[in-house]
Amino acid sequence: MTVQELTISAGKKEPSSFRLVATLGIAGMLSGIALAGVYEITKPIIEANNLRELKQAVLEVVPGGQTMQEVDLVNDAGEHKIIYAAYDDDGTFLGYAIEGATPGFADIIRLLYGYDHQRNLVIGMKVLESLETPGLGDKIIKDEAFVAQFSDLAIDPTPVVVKDGADADHEVDAITGATISTKAVVKAINQANEQWLEYLPETPPDPPAVEEPDSTIETVEEDD
Amino acid sequence: MNQAKHPSQLYAEFIKGIWKENPVFVAVLGMCPMLAVTNSAINGLAMGAATTFVLVCSSLLVSSLRKFIPKQVRITTYIIIIASFVTIVDYVLKAAFPGTHKDLGAFIQLIVVNCLILGRQEAFASRNTPIKALMDALGMSIGFTFALFCLGATREILGNGSIFDISLFGDNFEPWVIMILPPGGFLMLGMILLFFNWLQQRKQHKLQARAREVMS
Repeated sequence: MTVQELTISAGKKEPSSFRLVATLGIAGMLSGIALAGVYEITKPIIEANNLRELKQAVLEVVPGGQTMQEVDLVNDAGEHKIIYAAYDDDGTFLGYAIEGATPGFADIIRLLYGYDHQRNLVIGMKVLESLETPGLGDKIIKDEAFVAQFSDLAIDPTPVVVKDGADADHEVDAITGATISTKAVVKAINQANEQWLEYLPETPPDPPAVEEPDSTIETVEEDD
Repeated sequence: MNQAKHPSQLYAEFIKGIWKENPVFVAVLGMCPMLAVTNSAINGLAMGAATTFVLVCSSLLVSSLRKFIPKQVRITTYIIIIASFVTIVDYVLKAAFPGTHKDLGAFIQLIVVNCLILGRQEAFASRNTPIKALMDALGMSIGFTFALFCLGATREILGNGSIFDISLFGDNFEPWVIMILPPGGFLMLGMILLFFNWLQQRKQHKLQARAREVMS
C-alpha cells in the first residue's frame, strides 16, 4: 500500500482491509457473546420444558401413572434404548412407555406408546413430533377417536391398518385421507415392539426409591 | 429520501408500512414465511411477533451503527446482526412458548433470510436516524404481522372451520382442507393481492376522473 492509499483510507473514503476485518470480527465477537449469554439463560428452562413434556407424555400413555423412571434396555447387538417405567401413587408398576419412530408422510413421526406387558396390550399413544399435513395427517394427534384406538390395542397378532372399520382387537381404523400417516403410526409401534419387547426385564424394576414430587428421573441399570 | 424533522413525518414513516407500502400486499416481500406458516391465525401472529422483534432490534442497531460500518462489509454485518437476533428469538421462544416454537419449526431460523428485514436495513435503517428507523421498522412489522394474520385467519376459517382453534361452524361444516395445505397459501395470497391491486386501480381511476372534471 502506498502512502497515498493510506492517506485515503485514513480519510474514510476507502477503509483499509484491516478496518473491514476488524468490523466483522467485532460484530461476530459481540454476537457470539450475546448468544452465549442468551443460551446460558434459556438452556435450563428449555431442558426443564423437555423433561416436563417427556414426563407428561409418559404418564399420559400409561393411564393412571404418577411417577416414572428410566429403564435402559440392551439388545443382543449391544444397542441401548431408554424406555420408561410408570407407577401409580402406591408404587405399583403399571406399564412401560416406549418411544417409536418411522417416516410419515412428511418427515419422521416420533411417538411414545404405553405397553402393558401383563395383558400384552398397547394402552396409550401420543405423537411427540410430526410434520404431518395440517387437517389430514395431523389427525394422528388431533382426532380423539383415532388416538383412543390405541388405548387397548392387542399386539398379538401384529396390529394392522384397515380401511373399513376396525372389528378385531388388533385392527386400527385408518384416518380418511391420511392412510400413510396412520400406517406410519402403527408401523412405529410394531417396529419398536419387534425390536425391544423381548429385552424387557423379567420383573418390572422397583419404583423410584426416593419420591420427589416433581420431575426427578433416576436411571436403573438392568443386568440382562 | 426527504429529510424529515416534524413529528408528522415520523408518523408518516410509521404508517406507510402498514398500508401504502405494506411489505406483503404492496412490496410482495417476505413470501417464504408468508406462505409457509399461515395455516392458522395464531401461527401467523406468532411469526409476525418474532419478525417484529428481529426487525425492530436490527433496524435500531443498524441505524445507530450506520456511521461505523464500512459500506464494503455492510451486508455481512447486517446479516450477523439479524442472525443474532433471530437466534435469540429462537432460544427465547423455545424456553417460553415451546408449543408455538414447535409449530413454527424451522421457519423461525429462516427469518434470517426474510428479504423484508435485510431490505429495510439496506433501504432505510442504514440511511436514517435511529428514531426514524424505529418508526419505519415498527410500521413495516405491523404491516407484515397484519398480512400474516389476515392470511392465517382466512385460511384457518376456510380450511379448518375455526379461528384461534375455536370451532366456528359446528360439525356440519366440511372444511376446505386445501386452504391449509400449501396450495391454499398461494391461492389465498393471490386473491388478496388481486383485491389490493383492484383497490389501487379503483383509486387511480377516481383520481383520473377527478382530474378530468377539474380540467373540463
